[in-house]
Amino acid sequence: MTNSPSTALLQTTNLSRRFGGLTAVNNVSLILEPNELHAVIGPNGAGKSTLVNLLSGELLPSSGTITLTGQNVTRVPVHRRVHQGIARSFQRTNVFKEMTVLENVRLAAQAAFAPAGGLFQSSARARDLVDRAHAALKRAGLPWAASHIAGTMSHGAQRQLEIAMTLASEPKVLLLDEPLAGMGQEEADRMAALLKSLATDHALLLIEHDMDFVFKVADHMTVLVEGTVLATGKPADVRNNQAVQHAYLGGHA
Amino acid sequence: MTQAPRLLPETKTGWAALAVGAIALALMPLFASPYHVELGTTALIAALLALSLQLLVGVTGLVSLGHGAFYGLAAYIVYFLSPEGSPQPIWLTLPIAMLVAGLAAALVGLFALRTKGFFFLMVTLAFGQMIFFVFHDTKIGGGTDGAYLAKPIISAFGMTLDLPRRQRPIGTYYVALTQLIITYLALAWLLRTLFGRVLEGIRVNEHRMQALGHNTQRAKLIAFSLAGALAGAAGHMWAMHRGFVNPEIIGWHKSAEALLMILLGGLGALHGPIIGALAYTGLTEVAGLMTERKLLVEGLVILLAVIVLPKGLSGIRLFSLAKPSGNPHDPLGDTDPSQREVKIDND
Repeated sequence: MTNSPSTALLQTTNLSRRFGGLTAVNNVSLILEPNELHAVIGPNGAGKSTLVNLLSGELLPSSGTITLTGQNVTRVPVHRRVHQGIARSFQRTNVFKEMTVLENVRLAAQAAFAPAGGLFQSSARARDLVDRAHAALKRAGLPWAASHIAGTMSHGAQRQLEIAMTLASEPKVLLLDEPLAGMGQEEADRMAALLKSLATDHALLLIEHDMDFVFKVADHMTVLVEGTVLATGKPADVRNNQAVQHAYLGGHA
Repeated sequence: MTQAPRLLPETKTGWAALAVGAIALALMPLFASPYHVELGTTALIAALLALSLQLLVGVTGLVSLGHGAFYGLAAYIVYFLSPEGSPQPIWLTLPIAMLVAGLAAALVGLFALRTKGFFFLMVTLAFGQMIFFVFHDTKIGGGTDGAYLAKPIISAFGMTLDLPRRQRPIGTYYVALTQLIITYLALAWLLRTLFGRVLEGIRVNEHRMQALGHNTQRAKLIAFSLAGALAGAAGHMWAMHRGFVNPEIIGWHKSAEALLMILLGGLGALHGPIIGALAYTGLTEVAGLMTERKLLVEGLVILLAVIVLPKGLSGIRLFSLAKPSGNPHDPLGDTDPSQREVKIDND
């Protein structure tokens, strides 16, 4: 937490969120650097998803600030935060199941890149949005799936679609809520490779339960317990942290 | 290619079936008695109202019980503009009626759209009833008794379309039919636009649309206002048809009736409410002729229809052809309509 803020892409300062008497996120200060894969881990109920919701704007903090490239975005509504470069995926797959994969991603591109001709033009003619959608699908490893109805694809492919949808707005920061949730080993490996490649030109903040995965791919990690940061640093440092071993990792370390 | 809008016919055959339906409606007055022509006009106006509501219900996923208020308000606007004895041209009354209804909807929407689901239903009901009571409890527009008005006239270049008295119902019928066709085509176009896609996304998952960066609140307000203006066009047509307004046409029954027509005709097709409105009006007429327990018969028939036909009357398929499904790893990545069955619309 002593990093110089000058290079920070996304930074929170003393961020807190209370629900009645419960403090879900308590005084969290963290820094996300460009091209960094930053994993947030913690037991169930540690406030990880609340933290993502605060960063994406779906929840407003009770106190504290969020800055994106030095600009205060603490109270910017969800849809405008996307325009400023923050995109998120969901823990439970949250795609438009009855639409085609291409349409899912195109809607995401449309949100960020409203075409010059305005919204009242034929969607078939807004070619650049379709091109952007195809590009995002390709990046997410789904170029073959464009014409599929989203809900008919495998769970792993739908998780990839979630990633493609976040990519379509060409964000600076990706917030990924358990991207590996419910995946088999093969699917998880593919997703890990994808995330690693995305971290070469995006900042990724992800929540994950899979410790092997986190220690393998994360550049930086933060351990959250009861809404409070217990430790933050390089995976190796966190792994050796006494408090973390005691409170959370147990048999894993 | 992008995905075709869900509510429009997917095939040329489907569009052809709709065209045949429109032609059948256009030919009807040549064979029907004046009484049935008037009944047809009533059905077409009901279809206009239900179609405007479909923009909210079937397209955007907003169920409103205040929609009838904008319809009734527009009819009263015609009365204010063109009271008994001083008829005005339709070019004046129609845009103003639509504008006022649209603005009223924008105002109501500004508040009502802060709520969702059940609360939205209740808030729209409350606003609708407020408008109802303005006309019911005050002397504006003749109070509970209602008031006669001069039907708007159709004139252009100094010429007035003046049909002999006997043919006037036919003239009104064609004005209503023209409006219905234009409204359908306009909404079909709207569904194809980027804006239409936003509305579709909101219906499926509004929260996700917000997370993607869409200003869903603004999109819903535009849709709500637009639907209100289109309901206004229907209300204007009602005034033109009947030459009389009373508070009855504002009440929540009007909204509930339009919702029933949508349900009967089908939520899943843009033309569903049209079929629903025609069927509903026909049913009301037949039930009224057959029995004194009209509402009971109506209720039973609709209940049965909804149970037997979950997709409504528009969901009936004359036949369906299963096409071979496409390559599962199609590298071209274009929409593959063959994944869905080929349908003929029963119209």
